[in-house]
Amino acid sequence: MRSNVFTIMRKELARFFKDPRLVITTLLLPGLMIYAVYSFMGDGLSTQFSTPDEYVYRVEAVNLSNHIKEYFKLIDYVDINEVSSYDEGKEKLDNGDIDLLVVFPEKFDELISVYSSGKAPNVELYYNSSQIASAEAQVNMTNILNAFESAISNRFDINNSDKEYDLATEKDTTSQIFATMLPMLLMVFLFSGCMSVAPESIAGEKERGTIATLLVTPVKRSELAIGKILSISFIALLSGISSFLGTMSSLPKLMGLSDGGMDASVYGVSDYALLLSVILSTILVIVSVISIISAFSKTVKEANTAVLPLMIIVMLIGVTTMFGQGAPSEAVWYLVPMYNSVQCMNAIFAFSHSTVNIITTLCVNVSISIVLLIVLAKMFSSEKIMFSK
Amino acid sequence: MKEVLRIEGLKKTFRLSSKQQKIEHTKQRKKIAVNDISFAAYEGEIFGLLGPNGAGKTTTLRMISTLIRPDKGDIIVAGTSAVKEPWDVRAKIGFLTSELKLEDFFTPNYMYDFFSALHGVDEKTRDKRKKHLFEKFGIDKFAEVKISNLSTGMKQKLSLVVSIVHDPSIIIFDEPTNGLDVITARAVTDFLLELRAAGKTVVVSTHIFSLVEKICDRVGIIINGKMVCCGKTEEISNGISLEDRFFEIYRETVGDAQ
Repeated sequence: MRSNVFTIMRKELARFFKDPRLVITTLLLPGLMIYAVYSFMGDGLSTQFSTPDEYVYRVEAVNLSNHIKEYFKLIDYVDINEVSSYDEGKEKLDNGDIDLLVVFPEKFDELISVYSSGKAPNVELYYNSSQIASAEAQVNMTNILNAFESAISNRFDINNSDKEYDLATEKDTTSQIFATMLPMLLMVFLFSGCMSVAPESIAGEKERGTIATLLVTPVKRSELAIGKILSISFIALLSGISSFLGTMSSLPKLMGLSDGGMDASVYGVSDYALLLSVILSTILVIVSVISIISAFSKTVKEANTAVLPLMIIVMLIGVTTMFGQGAPSEAVWYLVPMYNSVQCMNAIFAFSHSTVNIITTLCVNVSISIVLLIVLAKMFSSEKIMFSK
Repeated sequence: MKEVLRIEGLKKTFRLSSKQQKIEHTKQRKKIAVNDISFAAYEGEIFGLLGPNGAGKTTTLRMISTLIRPDKGDIIVAGTSAVKEPWDVRAKIGFLTSELKLEDFFTPNYMYDFFSALHGVDEKTRDKRKKHLFEKFGIDKFAEVKISNLSTGMKQKLSLVVSIVHDPSIIIFDEPTNGLDVITARAVTDFLLELRAAGKTVVVSTHIFSLVEKICDRVGIIINGKMVCCGKTEEISNGISLEDRFFEIYRETVGDAQ
């Protein structure tokens, strides 16, 4: 019994690992592609939504006083010049020659020195929010002028020292981002890993007539089902790990936190071990379901088409971690396959997992896989399913 | 002679699709492919199932090889029922038909070892038999060539060799020489005679009269799913050529209309 399962697994794995194209497209490419795409997207996002660090904002001002001019000499990222009128400045702003137009009230220095109460003098900032540099210039100028205002009449300060005020640790930031993003990504990676091998291994053998050759040998149908599911699961696991590594190493870049603030090493060995057990049980369920769909299908193409709606459902379930208040604590939720895996992963990444819920998930997933395995073995025995043309 | 294979009242029906019903101008939902076929085969003989296309030959052989289950009747292979204990029967028979394919990706060597392992053949016996069979059919030179790159004839010879990795006592071949060139076909028929000489029971299905006359000790003629006669080849021929005799029988059974 065991030796037949082993023989079938060895053949399935040889089929996979001796084919360089399969190994590259299933194991190497997913991880590399995800790394490349996420890194690229991260870089793209950061340059699209901000100007380069060394950028100097081009600002022109109406009624620019000497006092203000002196003040701006200390600020190296703003180049401020006087302009004669609002209309001239506006035209330059419209043409994109400058980033910001500031209109000070006439005799601004005098106004602020005598001001005590009533309507305060108003400084107007004209900008174009569709231009990143212009929008940034407006924000920066507001901050600078606020600081200027504080400097001339300071009543109190907020967070005005070198102390670290944000008490979120690296662990908190990482866990928050990973817990929201990774469960969905992981589910998609696992699913596509299974999808790239299971239909080929079952519907493909059916399509090519090679499974019939196996069925006339004394191999038990259950042995065939176990051998197939275990070997497909193993390959899907490797494919999932490849995608996972690609994600873990590029997610900080994607989130714009590559200079620290996010690090996968906040998780310990036990966290990863728990994650792996959840992943393994999830793979078994996915592989069993796809195998059954594949066994029903006449061709690989048909199997892939039939599996697709399932993938969408799994993705939707994966998105649930992005809403709500983290994983539910009631064990009853963990009886639902797929949802339980997603919530377990979420809890593990958020350092809030409960042992009972993870054990429930593992038991549920393994039981479902065993039931599906029996169904698959029965299907291998059915001439209607195996020889339908 | 010792009886090793007994087929008792075998019956198999297939469901017809509505399109197929139209083609055949019938309102019946089911088509009887094999209708109450019985025969026996003995140790050290070649038994031929002769009949036109669609007569039910392949369906009968597929039932013997346990790929499909009969609706009625049973097949007793060396004392074991194919309906009740199919896995035991699978270990005792070797089955070859064109619908059983080998995975293109692997080499003949790998496939041979794989199927030997599934049949539980020990490595020493496996290597000895492999050497013998590969040499016999000229596969040895292509042992490490991917099956997808082999010629049709070589693929067929490999299928034959793989179907008997476990040295079965009963060998069932569906149209063994179909699609083979004369040289390969000759090698196959010679091999069948060799198997007989070694005391094996061989059941072949064919529509080639000369093949039956040449190698079959006994023959059963199947027409429209029914066994119309069964006996020693020379007794069936009854002094004329088997082909002429077949058409006499065919006319008696179906009538001149067809």
